[in-house]
Amino acid sequence: MAKDIADSAETNMKLIEEVLAAYPDKAKKKRAKHLNVAAPVVEAEPGIQSKCDNVKSNIKSVPGVMTIRGCAYAGSKGVVWGPVKDMLHISHGPVGCGHYSWSQRRNYYTGTTGVDSFVTMQVTTDFQENDIVFGGDKKLEKTIDELNMLFPLNKGISIQSECPIGLIGDDIEAVSKKKAKDIGKRVVPVRCEGFRGVSQSLGHHIANDMIRDWVLEAGEGARAGYEPGAYDVNIIGDYNIGGDAWSSRILLEEIGLNVIAQWSGDATIAEMERAPAAKLNLIHCYRSMSYICRHMEENHGVPWMEYNFFGPSQIAASLRDIAAKFDARIQANAEAVIAKYQPLVDAVNAKYKPRLEGKKVMLYVGGLRPRHVVDAYHDLGMEIVGTGYEFAHNDDYKRTGHYIKEGTLIYDDVSGYELEKFVEAIRPDLVGSGIKEKYNTQKMGIPFRQMHSWDYSGPYHGYDGYAIFARDMDLAINNPVWGMFDAPWKKTA
Amino acid sequence: MPQSAEKVLDHKDLFKEPEYQAMLEKKRATYENATPAETVAETADWTKSWDYREKNLARSCVTINPAKACQPLGAVFAAAGYDSTMSFVHGSQGCVAYYRSHLARHFKEPSSAVSSSMTEDAAVFGGLNNMVEGLANTYALYSPKMIAVSTTCMAEVIGDDLNSFIIKSKEKESVPADFPVPFAHTPAFVGSHVDGYDNMQKGILSNFWKDAPRTAGEGLNIIPGFDGYCVGNIREMRRMLGLMGVEATVLGDASDVYDTPSDGEYRMYAGGTTQEEIKEALNAKATLSLQEYCTRKTLAFCEEVGQQTAAFHYPMGVKATDEFLMKVSELTGKEIPEALRLERGRLIDAMADSQAYLHGKTYAIFGDPDFVYAMARFVMEMGGEPKHCLATNGGKEWEAQMKELLASSPFGEGCQVWAGKDLWHLRSILATEPADLLIGSSYGKYLERDCNVPLIRLTFPIFDRHHHHRFPTFGYQGAIQVLVKILDKIFDKLDDESDISFDLTR
Repeated sequence: MAKDIADSAETNMKLIEEVLAAYPDKAKKKRAKHLNVAAPVVEAEPGIQSKCDNVKSNIKSVPGVMTIRGCAYAGSKGVVWGPVKDMLHISHGPVGCGHYSWSQRRNYYTGTTGVDSFVTMQVTTDFQENDIVFGGDKKLEKTIDELNMLFPLNKGISIQSECPIGLIGDDIEAVSKKKAKDIGKRVVPVRCEGFRGVSQSLGHHIANDMIRDWVLEAGEGARAGYEPGAYDVNIIGDYNIGGDAWSSRILLEEIGLNVIAQWSGDATIAEMERAPAAKLNLIHCYRSMSYICRHMEENHGVPWMEYNFFGPSQIAASLRDIAAKFDARIQANAEAVIAKYQPLVDAVNAKYKPRLEGKKVMLYVGGLRPRHVVDAYHDLGMEIVGTGYEFAHNDDYKRTGHYIKEGTLIYDDVSGYELEKFVEAIRPDLVGSGIKEKYNTQKMGIPFRQMHSWDYSGPYHGYDGYAIFARDMDLAINNPVWGMFDAPWKKTA
Repeated sequence: MPQSAEKVLDHKDLFKEPEYQAMLEKKRATYENATPAETVAETADWTKSWDYREKNLARSCVTINPAKACQPLGAVFAAAGYDSTMSFVHGSQGCVAYYRSHLARHFKEPSSAVSSSMTEDAAVFGGLNNMVEGLANTYALYSPKMIAVSTTCMAEVIGDDLNSFIIKSKEKESVPADFPVPFAHTPAFVGSHVDGYDNMQKGILSNFWKDAPRTAGEGLNIIPGFDGYCVGNIREMRRMLGLMGVEATVLGDASDVYDTPSDGEYRMYAGGTTQEEIKEALNAKATLSLQEYCTRKTLAFCEEVGQQTAAFHYPMGVKATDEFLMKVSELTGKEIPEALRLERGRLIDAMADSQAYLHGKTYAIFGDPDFVYAMARFVMEMGGEPKHCLATNGGKEWEAQMKELLASSPFGEGCQVWAGKDLWHLRSILATEPADLLIGSSYGKYLERDCNVPLIRLTFPIFDRHHHHRFPTFGYQGAIQVLVKILDKIFDKLDDESDISFDLTR
């Protein structure tokens, strides 16, 4: 073990201990299991740099500690279903959930909003006390009728349950069946009440299961009569944040593949219906959509593979891995595409690497980014000194070892207190996390980028996205504002 | 290849490049099963017709693009106005992530609150254990001086009783017995964020005032209400009162916590009303509410303890500011100083200078009930004509107040009041009966695009413009800010639409 790794491992372990000291005993015991440093690999495995699955994950958050996590509704409506653009998504229950999640994930789409596309709309049954007391099924039925009348070009409706629905015993499945018949479109009930599970993660899973049961296995839809091509693939688990799926799609098309469906950024229900006809599922966000890939593999014989379109190293590796599943023509195309973009990569690196080399980064994000973006930073000469997930499972932490070096600080479901203390102690050059973490970090004088929404920038996927990513990291770190925090008349001790 | 290192194109320009346009066109044509363009265009036209409007206004069940949030958001905002107070929201944890994000996106500031993180087992057995453990953790980690407990709808539906839970938590030594843990039940399926604000204000005051002896004094309390401009507004109000020589207690002063400096230190807590001030405020002669609909229960409680009360609808504009200052003068016996008369004169001067551009302009206004009232009133003072006033969280009483206000001026003639309607209703309304300008929050940008009506952002939430909340809209000075914002929009539009009349001087 190199000395600097041993040093950082030891310092980080000490830091964890110090941070845990603030907790009452019960909470301390619980939280201790979620904090660790990336350990050395015991048995050498190809591509594995460290052992990161030495933290517990996907466990209930400790009450009162200021978890950064969201809920199952956020996982279903906010992540999986919300971006499906030609469906109306009803936030079923009180007004708040739909309000706070309204237009906040930047799932880009084309179309005419309010006419044939509905992503940036907040549609809700706006529950009142009467609905809680007497049940909301009748209101839901009429809501569907009203929506279908006002938005005749909608291709379906999903019902995103908020907490009360599961508590008052409503039968949204019965309503869905009835109304699907009435309006002749898909009506999908999703029981993603916020109290289910421990984070967004169960919401992803439930949402995937409902796609399985109420879309893929409920009639062929647009799949009927579709003649599958030899190069048909799907992009799965790309939410087109800032256009990510588009800057990925363009590369896949360039190497000669046909992307017949995007899930679920800029998706239409027809694309989803047709997806099982593809030859291969390409999954970007493993955490939120692996479930449907497994289903399509088992029931429709569609194999799937993970890929990573963050940063040129991973993009090139992924393009080669994807091409390897096809013929020599596609493989040659992949090489040509990689070569075509190499000058862009070289120019980006020449411009930004000198400004970013050696800068230390801490990440705390959601489903795939705490590992997937790591090599994009490496491509710019930057270093990851801490990473963690809001709602990962053990298999995510296992995969994290592909990217993260030994001694890196790992934190699962980090609390506001822990993250603040970690950042304060490590003082990285950049923190990548969410809106709730942005402003407190910046006030400490540490540059920050939101890594859920790309801080209103993007896309970050693909070669086109890499240039934007590099530009954004540079502008965050190298802005002159960070040098003006201290008043010049203030004497330093 | 559109991308280059020299001139990096992001989403705004990248997808306009021919490679992407061709790709998106192919996607649409080949895979989306999209509706034919002419049908989309026909339908889009229909959504702007009177026929559509009638159908839209007739809906009784679905709500689309409502301009209101839920109660706990208001409770979290109210609690943020008190010194070193942590909001503890009892129920599902995702809600708290939402409130924090929502407030952070508006103020561009950190927003702290914790959750009791109830899950399925708590739905069955109740959330007592979550509260007992949660309060202890919050107390240990974040060293608050007070923890303000509110509820998500989950806790409300299963019927968790905050009072008994807090007593039990104290018995179990989660927090010291004398540690203040005010609470408010804030069901999301009743009212909106303004009611949550009210409930939490009442919860905090009653925590300190109930059973405490009151010695009637001469003090004055002011409750600002839920206000996205609290940073600029509370400071401006304090400045005006300072000019009068009045020392008032602001109950719930969030002006510092949502405006902390960048100097290397992160302050989770900053400023806010102290517990000493809350206790002393019981003895005040009167409590004034700057927003009636944010404080109906709270003011009733103030009356119960023996205080005089008065409620305003957001003191913005000439007469609203006059009335506020005169009320303060009446209650305190302090005269309104010459300095404020001069400020008033300067506002009137500005309005007179610009009246040619303001007179007869028509407006649609949406937002919380008190804001819409104040805005409509100020618009009329400027010679503008409100055409549509909409508050999703406004009720019959508000509608009646609005109609009375509009009837008080010839400029209010023909204005329609839309209580309980949402922004999808407003889309139909504006498509059929347009206005020159739209005033509201960032959510109005979709109406700006669809109905081609310029949006002036003047109320919470403002996500897509920065720092507006740092400047006041209250008082005479605030009114000038509002006036300038409206004028800038009018002049920008005039320039944009001018060719021959592209005048240097306006």
